[in-house]
Amino acid sequence: MLEVKNLHASTGGKEILKGVNLTVRDGEIHAVMGLNGAGKSTLSNVIVGHPAFEVTQGSITWNGKDLLALKPEERAHEGIFLSFQQPIEIPGVSMVNFMRAALNAKRKYQGLDPMPAGDFLKLMREKRAIVELDSKLASRSVNEGFSGGEKKRNEIFQMAMLEPKLAILDETDSGLDVDALRIVAEGFNKLRTAETSAIVITHYQRLLDYLKPDVVHVLIDGRIVRTGGPELAAEIESRGFDWIIKGIKD
Amino acid sequence: MEEKNSFVREVAEKKYEYGFTTDVQTDIIEKGLSEDVVRLISRKKEEPEWLLDFRLKAYRYWLTLEQPTWGHLKMPPIDYQAISYFAAPASPKSSKAGEIDPELMKTFDKLGIPLEERMALAGTAVDAVMDSVSVKTTFREKLREKGIIFCSISEAVREHPDLVREYLGSVVPYRDNFFAALNSAVFSDGSFVYIPKGVRCPMELSTYFRINARGTGQFERTLIVCDDDAYVSYLEGCTAPMRDENQLHAAIVEIVVKERAEVKYSTVQNWYPGDSEGKGGVLNLVTKRGHLRGANSRLSWTQVETGSAITWKYPSCILSGDGSQAEFYSVAVTNNYQQADTGTKMIHLGKNTRSTIISKGISAGRSQNAYRGLVRVAPTADGARNYSSCDSLLLGSRCGAHTFPYMDVQNETAVVEHEATTSKISEDQLFYCNQRGISTEEAVSLIVNGYAKEVINKLPMEFAVEAQKLLGVSLEGSVG
Repeated sequence: MLEVKNLHASTGGKEILKGVNLTVRDGEIHAVMGLNGAGKSTLSNVIVGHPAFEVTQGSITWNGKDLLALKPEERAHEGIFLSFQQPIEIPGVSMVNFMRAALNAKRKYQGLDPMPAGDFLKLMREKRAIVELDSKLASRSVNEGFSGGEKKRNEIFQMAMLEPKLAILDETDSGLDVDALRIVAEGFNKLRTAETSAIVITHYQRLLDYLKPDVVHVLIDGRIVRTGGPELAAEIESRGFDWIIKGIKD
Repeated sequence: MEEKNSFVREVAEKKYEYGFTTDVQTDIIEKGLSEDVVRLISRKKEEPEWLLDFRLKAYRYWLTLEQPTWGHLKMPPIDYQAISYFAAPASPKSSKAGEIDPELMKTFDKLGIPLEERMALAGTAVDAVMDSVSVKTTFREKLREKGIIFCSISEAVREHPDLVREYLGSVVPYRDNFFAALNSAVFSDGSFVYIPKGVRCPMELSTYFRINARGTGQFERTLIVCDDDAYVSYLEGCTAPMRDENQLHAAIVEIVVKERAEVKYSTVQNWYPGDSEGKGGVLNLVTKRGHLRGANSRLSWTQVETGSAITWKYPSCILSGDGSQAEFYSVAVTNNYQQADTGTKMIHLGKNTRSTIISKGISAGRSQNAYRGLVRVAPTADGARNYSSCDSLLLGSRCGAHTFPYMDVQNETAVVEHEATTSKISEDQLFYCNQRGISTEEAVSLIVNGYAKEVINKLPMEFAVEAQKLLGVSLEGSVG
């Protein structure tokens, strides 16, 4: 279970999150919606420990552990995964070597030996099929020369390899055409277990049509101003955010 | 950021792994350099008259020179009178061939050098040089069956004087430069290799150099002659103990490649780089050159350099044989206060000669890393081709990368290409790795090895593995 309490965070001296409260139980999918600049990406970056953001107040616990006390890689080992809004290119490092380093780091954290090379390559093949990722892409350098859609698919592929307990999808739908969106969303659903929870950050209803969130939050100006069920997302789709913003001001 | 800084401190304190000294009795001569010292070295080594003459000519010429200053380097002044020019582990070779001081054996064991022939499976013949003296050469007999000579240069002077006399100084004459003159005057030992016509050397030949004694310089001399249609792959590795004073290393490597012959020369250089404050470390001032004398001969230099306080060298090729091909593959890593001014020279004289230069510089800490290269195409070199690619990778913002490519093309039919890039490991890349569970330290190693793999792949297998580890280790704590 992830518990975010009264979270304040800033970057470059500017406060972005101004008291966020959020509880995500095992197996739940939460959507976080909101306009650009509301703090959605900041929230996901703070959860995974991006060094550019400073937490000034509040707490985040993950299954009772103080998440803020852990290094980013330790948070990853604890089962938290971020699908980046803009996946980073790492020239010269092949996807195979990258994933092997990641997977074996996690195994080491769990007290396991590195995975034998044969098993690893087999696992790569299996997981690649889930997101229909071309084998050529897997032999290339991390994200280098990937199209926007391929990068997003590659994120879900990595998620498949690392089997997180909490997945944060930061605008995974942006830049995807209808087919790619379906592949990514269906891939995600195939990977889910009863315990997997997720925070899905999006502007649009279409990804949520596939992922079927349990809870929908609206984040505006660094605070969650409204929480509801899937119907809230549908309402935003038809009416936009203005009515919510107006509601706060009134 | 705070966290990264503590990480930096933590690993910056990590010690140089090879910084131990060996407690063996050393026969070391008085510090200082004079004609008498040159004569003394020659006498200790029971050298013939012609070699003493060679040394004395070199010494007298050296006296007329001044240490050059054109490198992109801040070099501490070297007091040539404060160095001992000959240090030998006392009686390293007992009367029974093959028996050596057990302390020395331990040293080379610690370094992972297979001095015992039980390592036959590794398939590498080793000549180990400690301070000034070649300690042991393995696999001699097996090589001799093929007519291959692999021994210390002192031994070669005694047993194959005609060969040594013919080739010594033929590629790097003593008049070549300041450090070449110095080496020619005082060189103490090194390796000699001769591969006869038509012979493919069946194993990797390897020399391991180690400086041990305090206040000594190491001036080894390597001479490799590869006769017509012959082939050899030669490896060179280096370590030194941690000393807070600088240690001078001024070696010469000469390679002669005859018709259709091929030589691969690989170096993994890990001399002590000095501490994190820039104190101590080896001054690596080496002249390496190969002469592709024969038509269709080939020579490649591959080097992974992570050590030394200062590295100043340009392994070069003179392509005189028509159709000869030369390659230079280099990774030079500098961290903390290390400085490197290194690269290559490709001198095209023969027709249809080809050369390739792939240089990868990696700078971290407050280090300065310069590539300096010369491509010269003489009027005689019709159809010559060169391709150069020089990449620099920066870690952090306090280091420097510099590129000085010189081109001198005097033949209209030549094609010379040069490419250069500079890149930086970004915070975003490191964080992306972190989020996937890869620590910063491991991420740097992954990225750097990816960047350098084009060069690493050129190394023989065992060396490649060692080089990969070395790249990771030498950059630990360099990101913050």
